[in-house]
Amino acid sequence: MTTLTDPPKETFRLSMLLYDTRYRSATIQVIAMFAFMLLAAWLINNTIINLNNLGKEVTFGFLGETAGYDINQRLLDYNSQDSHIRAALMGLLNTLVVAVLGCITATIIGVFVGVMRLSSNWLIARIMTVYVETFRNVPVLLWIVLAMAILIESLPAPRAFRGEDATASMNLFDSVAITNRGVYIPEPLFSRSLGDIHLLGEHALRFDVSMDLMAILIVLALSIFGMRKVSAKANATQAATGDRPKTWHIQLGLLFVPMIVLLVALGFHLGYPELKGFNFKGGTYMRNSLIALWLALSLYTAAFIAEIVRAGILAISQGQTEAASALGLRPGRTMRLVILPQALRVIIPPMISNYLNLTKNSSLAIAVGYMDITGTLGGITMNQTGRELECVLMLMLVYLAISLSISGVMNWYNNSVKLVER
Amino acid sequence: MKKSVFMGALTLAGLAAGAAAAGTLDDVKARGKLNCGVTTGLVGFAAPNANGEWEGFDVAVCRAVAAAVLGDSTAVEFVPTTGKTRFTALASGEIDMLARNTTWTFSRDVDLKFEFTGVNYYDGQGFMVPKELGVSSAKELDGATVCIQTGTTTELNLADFFRANNISYEPVPIETNAEAQQQYLAGACDVYTTDASGLAATRATFDDPAAHVLLPEIISKEPLGPLVRHGDHEWGDVVRWSLNALIAAEELGITSANIGEMAAGTNNPEINRLLGTEGTLGEMLGLDAGWAKNAIMVGGNYGEVFAKNIGEDTPIGLARGLNAQWTNGGLLYAPPFR
Amino acid sequence: MSDISFVRKEMLPEKAPPASEVGAIGWARHNLFSGWVNSILTLVSLYAIYYVLAGVLPWILQSSWSAQSLKECREVFEAAYGTTHGHACWGVINERWLQLLFGFYPPELYWRPILALLLLLVALSPVLFADHVSYKVLRFTAIYPFLMVWLMWGGPIWGPISAAMGFVVGFAILKFGTGRMGELAAMIAAVAGAVVWWLLLSGTFSSVMSSILPIAIQSVESRQFGGFMLALLLGVVAIGVSLPIGIVLALGRQSDLLIVKSLCIGFIEFIRGVPLITLLFVASLLLNIFLPPGTNFDIILRVMIMMTLFSAAYMAEVIRGGLAALPRGQYEGADSLGLDYWQAQRLIIMPQALKISIPGIVSTFIGIFKDTTLVSIIGLLDVIGLASAIRADTAWNGIYWELFAFIAFLFFVVCFSMSRYSMYLERKLQTGHR
Repeated sequence: MTTLTDPPKETFRLSMLLYDTRYRSATIQVIAMFAFMLLAAWLINNTIINLNNLGKEVTFGFLGETAGYDINQRLLDYNSQDSHIRAALMGLLNTLVVAVLGCITATIIGVFVGVMRLSSNWLIARIMTVYVETFRNVPVLLWIVLAMAILIESLPAPRAFRGEDATASMNLFDSVAITNRGVYIPEPLFSRSLGDIHLLGEHALRFDVSMDLMAILIVLALSIFGMRKVSAKANATQAATGDRPKTWHIQLGLLFVPMIVLLVALGFHLGYPELKGFNFKGGTYMRNSLIALWLALSLYTAAFIAEIVRAGILAISQGQTEAASALGLRPGRTMRLVILPQALRVIIPPMISNYLNLTKNSSLAIAVGYMDITGTLGGITMNQTGRELECVLMLMLVYLAISLSISGVMNWYNNSVKLVER
Repeated sequence: MKKSVFMGALTLAGLAAGAAAAGTLDDVKARGKLNCGVTTGLVGFAAPNANGEWEGFDVAVCRAVAAAVLGDSTAVEFVPTTGKTRFTALASGEIDMLARNTTWTFSRDVDLKFEFTGVNYYDGQGFMVPKELGVSSAKELDGATVCIQTGTTTELNLADFFRANNISYEPVPIETNAEAQQQYLAGACDVYTTDASGLAATRATFDDPAAHVLLPEIISKEPLGPLVRHGDHEWGDVVRWSLNALIAAEELGITSANIGEMAAGTNNPEINRLLGTEGTLGEMLGLDAGWAKNAIMVGGNYGEVFAKNIGEDTPIGLARGLNAQWTNGGLLYAPPFR
Repeated sequence: MSDISFVRKEMLPEKAPPASEVGAIGWARHNLFSGWVNSILTLVSLYAIYYVLAGVLPWILQSSWSAQSLKECREVFEAAYGTTHGHACWGVINERWLQLLFGFYPPELYWRPILALLLLLVALSPVLFADHVSYKVLRFTAIYPFLMVWLMWGGPIWGPISAAMGFVVGFAILKFGTGRMGELAAMIAAVAGAVVWWLLLSGTFSSVMSSILPIAIQSVESRQFGGFMLALLLGVVAIGVSLPIGIVLALGRQSDLLIVKSLCIGFIEFIRGVPLITLLFVASLLLNIFLPPGTNFDIILRVMIMMTLFSAAYMAEVIRGGLAALPRGQYEGADSLGLDYWQAQRLIIMPQALKISIPGIVSTFIGIFKDTTLVSIIGLLDVIGLASAIRADTAWNGIYWELFAFIAFLFFVVCFSMSRYSMYLERKLQTGHR
């Protein structure tokens, strides 16, 4: 019927760009690229014209100027004469602190609540449901503000600790003071300290490394290395002779003796907080703005994590548990070896996005006056210098970098858990 | 062209695009409304009441300008701004003037390119402490925890003060006055610092105002006043002289009660010039002859506005102090209307 | 020998179960005290409940509803209970609840937002009550966005109509052009036609029509929006507008076209990687700088734009999830019928993918709705912003818990009922794909 003939020689026509599937995708891409570049050029052009009209130019020189404001909760040393960039660094570290603390506690609370929601105890399951629904359905900003208000109103002020008729007292043998300004705990002090190393001199990114801490870490690492050696030797003996020599006393000795010797040599003691003047002095402390933010973010995110955990556990079929008991595994091991690894695969991807949410929500710190990066770079610095474009741009890039690294790390972990399946 | 393009594209959102290029005065007249930036809420200075109408000392300035320009004190759109958004809102033309207890400083005037058109309240940063602490001077505050409102000049002044006196402190930055008040009352900070007017206003609403004292030190000068964009001098003049009209009215004894008869003509030529029965001051500004009369009729002269919103008979109870007329030992001194 | 065994011939009467196994006691034994751990947990939680209720109930109930100011409240409490603490002063809610709900919207026009909300339910009814409502209502759903804009902002009716005409123009070009120039060319022409209409002709059209046939209702500026209404409006607009954008982004992210794909991924990941508050900073501080000099539209519209971009990124991910959940066979089935890409998307893929995504869309809406509270940080008077403004009134300076309790209650009621409804929908919509 039909005979095979050579296809007609095709010459390129312009309309083929649209109708020929071979060229069409290229056409669409070129149009998309063109449109995108046009849009970008338009926005940039507008920005330049507008900035010219306002008499502003985009420079980052203001970052080196004196910040002029103080920050109460900080990890590195900082004073009001430092530069804006150092203030921003303090903010960044504060953001990271609350994000890390929040992720850890949110996971713990979330897993606990998620498991408890499946409890056979009716009352507990109901209470957990009420908790999850209340926290999920009210904006996190409200929770942050309310957590702060509750801390302020319910905890005693430092002046309640004062005088003969003090209405509040310190906890744990007078070592911990819980006030409505923050929690004060003892700090480690060294009377024969090795001092600090100042890195980067007077640079804005300078930081101090405590030699005492370094010494402790080195000794600890050496001890653990020694313990490993001893344990490996014991394994070898066991393999050769069938008898395992007793090593626990050697191991404990290796762990504690060098450390105690070091601590005595450094003159280790605790500095207790004490009420002096207006405030507790000495010891180290956590301001209640940090605690409120941490608490509210953890509880809010935990409500979401609880639902994820519950769904993860429910997703594992009953047959898995039964098969595990048929193999003779005890309930604890069933959970650890059978249920959890499988549930994790379901749990981790949504967990990543909750960690990301928590980190991004930490930007609401300004509501309680916790000086995170939004409070320093995107707050006071922006206000004092009037450099909105530069500050907001940097702020976005910082958050983007944090988000991408979190999701990178978690995706890597997710992939490593996935392998368990095979 | 571009304007019409946007008009078309965004009719969907029913927006009104405004062109900021022409003179602000003409814009305001064409629009029939004055866009005035105020705070999101500060006791005595600006707050919406139960009917959604804004009230307060800064609000009164907006209303006076609206009355002078448009003859209608209600033709104002109040745009609430925060410490962060206020300058951008003004620079971008979203608001025509900003009356948001903003301190007149060199860098705001020169670097941020705004024009302060006068001072409607002379303030200074002070400290409030509970009486039971037994503190009588700010120099005794070594180691104290201090509540401050962020986004203002306050935090810089505070850092400077403690540094200059070589004493330490712990700042607690807080977004709004209401939160600061709560923290201070609960003892989460020992000291509350902000403008002295704000401290007095805050103390007045306490359960027991007598248990708190204002320390004698005033650590900064805070001349608060309305501001407009740099470069639009006609509009700057309108705002400046509307404010001056209120101040001059008090000096000249014009009140909302007697303005009717005074406007009929008096034998004081300055009053006549101010109220438009003599001379062409209004015309020079590009306004009606009765501009100042309209501005004063809104809430009376400066003294009346002060007394009504923040004066000693209100719960806030501020004394005139620096804000008295120069004839009474204050700093208010309106240039002559001539 | 064979008769030793005893076999009962008749049934024994049923015995009543022991008292400890039935009724309230049995239930409590099984569910509350089934072991010593459970018993302790139960007792502890009973105490916790008692503790919370003992603190909260007197505060809520022994309160004052009529006071005009906090001072008056304190006097009333001092007289009645001898203390000013531990009693709610609901007078502030009593006086300001309309403001908290509607912001500065003119009181005589409150019917408009309420009507818009009711009509929203009607417009969504084909999805919400799919069993009871005919699909013809979808036509109303298509009109609704324009109707809502008209109701909320007011002004002449020709503005929204001329905006809608743009879609009509585009659709007409698509319909008649497809036959003549092929689908892709028609689609490009349709988009171009609609854009030309909006940019060049619609302004003239609406002004001409307004002068011929002036149908208008009182216009309300968006500055007057506030309170809880603002949160709802922002949420609805952001989700409504972001749905089509999200579909485009999701398709772009799934496509084989490298440039399109990377543009989409870049946009989605950028928006999802930064906190909403920074986008709101952009809306309040920078958006005017990015637009042509002289354009100046008010802050609520700028916030709407940024919120829409924000939710579009999340929406794209939800829809991508829906697309991924569709079995491969659906795509292959569409191919085997000879449908091209857009036909397959329109007729086979999208209807199913969107249906699967509805619960995800609802939870995105709840998230966006809760996030609208952040606008208070940039100075908009939403519920939280208004709460601060109310506390700046001399009468209510110093009030705290009552306002926040009221706000939390509002959000809880709305979000909780939506999440329950979406769970119900999820169960109902499962048509056996999973």
